[in-house]
Amino acid sequence: MADVSPAKYKSGDKVRVGTGNPPGHCRTPSYVRGKKGTVVKLYGAFLNPESLGHGGSGLPKQPMYQVEFEQREVWEQYNGPVRDKVVVDLFQHWLEFA
Amino acid sequence: MSEGHEHAGMGEGDAEPGYYPTRLRAIEALLIEHGVCRLDEIEYAVDRTNLRSETDGAKVVAHAWVDSGYKDRLLEDAVSAVAELGYDIPDNMPRLTVVENTEAVHNLVVCTLCSCYPRALMGRPPEWYKSLTYRSRAVVDPRGVMREFGLNLDEHVEVRVQDSSAEMRYLILPRRPAGTENLSEEELAQLVTRNSMIGVSEALSPEPVVSR
Repeated sequence: MADVSPAKYKSGDKVRVGTGNPPGHCRTPSYVRGKKGTVVKLYGAFLNPESLGHGGSGLPKQPMYQVEFEQREVWEQYNGPVRDKVVVDLFQHWLEFA
Repeated sequence: MSEGHEHAGMGEGDAEPGYYPTRLRAIEALLIEHGVCRLDEIEYAVDRTNLRSETDGAKVVAHAWVDSGYKDRLLEDAVSAVAELGYDIPDNMPRLTVVENTEAVHNLVVCTLCSCYPRALMGRPPEWYKSLTYRSRAVVDPRGVMREFGLNLDEHVEVRVQDSSAEMRYLILPRRPAGTENLSEEELAQLVTRNSMIGVSEALSPEPVVSR
């Protein structure tokens, strides 16, 4: 198995966050699971905390992206302007093309 | 701020250590026993954090205000840019990104999952930053939270809440206040508050000139 998963997404890509609920040290906030966002940038590849946090090697490293979401996509009751965003850093294995 | 040294090795004078010191001591003992790290490495990491405070972040911000070339480098590659000012962020610490607040876009930082904070540059986060209240409200109602900090943003400003959910830590580069053209870099740094680098406030305005 390669030590680094190749990056699949680039800035501007529309992505959807997975809906899983794995036990353990997962860095995907639940409020963006299942939500659609846009990749802002790729930060590089990092050890996977879901393995690393439980005695694993963290390999293969997972590309990590800054992903922005419209607040109104995330919170139905959001009452601020439409342009407001919440920006979350997410590992690639949580993303799929939207 | 006179935050105590919360490190596990400290507090031997306490008759009955509380839950967290006991837990810390147990984790520390396990880490050493299993060869994950040595005691001196833990001490070093704690000392490093205690050495830093928001005055370090403020120096970086003030330098970016007076040197546009530096500002560009800071926004492009914060780890290298802060190293220019003597702040080394070792490879085994989380990375750093600096985000600029402008007239059109206002960023604020939260860690909804725990309390991630740019400790390598800013030291320990304030208590409120770690509170469940801030961590949940900052994402759901950022404008309301900022109003409580005294910052009332216009509707045409885009608010971007950055959740430090993974390996990146964030420092906000606040807007340079008006009327500061004649201030020195050191004077400018005095206007840069911790809260302005978290994004819940603007930098301070200079003292109004007292007429003689």
